[in-house]
Amino acid sequence: MTKVTMTVNGTAVSGEVEGRTLLVQFLREGLGLTGTHVGCDTSQCGACVVHVDGKAVKSCTAFALDLEGASVRTIEGMANADGTLGTLQQAFQDHHGLQCGFCTPGMVMTSAALLAENPKPTEAEVRDYLEGNICRCTGYHNIVKAVLAASGQDVSAVAAE
Amino acid sequence: MHNFEFVKPSTIAEAVKALAREDAQALAGGHTLMPTMKQRLAAPAVLVSLTGIPEMRGVCRNGDALEIGAATTHAEVAREAAAVYPALASLAGGIGDPAVRNRGTVGGSLANNDPAACYPAAALGSGATIVTNTREIAADDFFQGLFSTALDAGEIIISVRFPIPERGGYAKFEQPASRFALTGAFVAKFGSGVRVAITGAGEDGVFRWSEAEKALSATYAAGALASLTVSPDGLMGDLHGTPAYRANLVKVMTARAVRAS
Ligand SMILES: Cc1cc2nc3c(=O)[nH]c(=O)nc-3n(C[C@H](O)[C@H](O)[C@H](O)COP(=O)(O)OP(=O)(O)OC[C@H]3O[C@@H](n4cnc5c(N)ncnc54)[C@H](O)[C@@H]3O)c2cc1C
Ligand code: FES
Ligand code: FES
Repeated sequence: MTKVTMTVNGTAVSGEVEGRTLLVQFLREGLGLTGTHVGCDTSQCGACVVHVDGKAVKSCTAFALDLEGASVRTIEGMANADGTLGTLQQAFQDHHGLQCGFCTPGMVMTSAALLAENPKPTEAEVRDYLEGNICRCTGYHNIVKAVLAASGQDVSAVAAE
Repeated sequence: MHNFEFVKPSTIAEAVKALAREDAQALAGGHTLMPTMKQRLAAPAVLVSLTGIPEMRGVCRNGDALEIGAATTHAEVAREAAAVYPALASLAGGIGDPAVRNRGTVGGSLANNDPAACYPAAALGSGATIVTNTREIAADDFFQGLFSTALDAGEIIISVRFPIPERGGYAKFEQPASRFALTGAFVAKFGSGVRVAITGAGEDGVFRWSEAEKALSATYAAGALASLTVSPDGLMGDLHGTPAYRANLVKVMTARAVRAS
């Protein structure tokens, strides 16, 4: 076992891990941050996306030890300081952007990375950026709507197909 | 996944030394190697991360070429090559999805030489030079069949030098589930002639389409390909497409790459 140290949601954390410990295992099992989900474990579905130094990364496909010293943000870090839902989370709720909710942590984190890069994306840009996030419930439409709404754009014109 | 010893050197010399240990393997973005290790198709005893070596990262213009550190991510190439070599930047920006691009690297992609990967087409199509810790290898000599390259055991790619063409284009017909190329074509026009590399189609991986190179060197326009035919012999067939279907895609994608250039 080797010691690993990171900043997770603004707090310095450390733990003992094996070489093969994945970032998602360190987050869920080591730190008890079970908001990040494992869908496929093969880098296909995006349920496990977190931010590493500000960038969207699939936490099932990174070793914890490779991220020594990194700054990580998870879905637990997306709420407001008073515990209420953050803007993007609230938009997912308002626009019914989730059903079972399994994909939601990854959807929210990927969308947050998009809005940080591109604060007013078009519908096509949202769909393109979410290409690696799979949802088996919603049909994506309300997710796209939620992201557009969270960016402050009017979504009344987005057809409810 | 079997456990292993993880090491993260900060110099090329330390990395080469660590890779000389028994059952050691290089790790870059892990987006091919980690799923392979989870399936226990690879089980290195020592994993040597190459992402903490500053000399192996970054994009820099060097005369007529763009030199890219092997551990540079697809996202970095998409951003930093955009002004000088837009075709290469757009190829990098079309790999997988944003999270894949934030971890996957050019060196990992070339070393892996997946027959449907994008970067082998860029390297072969540009006539790139693969710079390793011991030598320089021309792209024409580097790719040696499915998942196989000229790299020796323990040899690592340090950087890749892409000559910058007058015009270049990449067109990929995406396999929608994997997002790899069902067939992709990279076209680069130099003063000395045109190079065309095809990925996703050949049974032995990436290859140059020499008839198209000749036709485009004479007239650089999509229409110059009209009279060419592509034989399905030696092309891949699977549930996504027959060899004949891919043969047609070779022509269609090459024409699109020319138009995009
Ligand atoms: C969902 C998904 C979608 C993808 N879509 C595409 C796509 O559209 N197009 C595409 O081209 N690729 C695609 N990929 C593959 C992606 O580009 C990988 O990142 C890439 O193939 C491997 O790069 P890596 O840095 O992750 O390498 P790793 O997985 O870390 O390593 C791959 C192999 O290369 C070796 N290696 C790594 N670096 C070096 C080096 N510098 N010198 C010598 N050997 C080295 C390793 O030992 C290993 O054998 C996709 C992957 C995923 C998971
Ligand atoms: S669990 Fe990581 S991509 Fe599916
Ligand atoms: S809400 Fe169920 S998978 Fe997306």
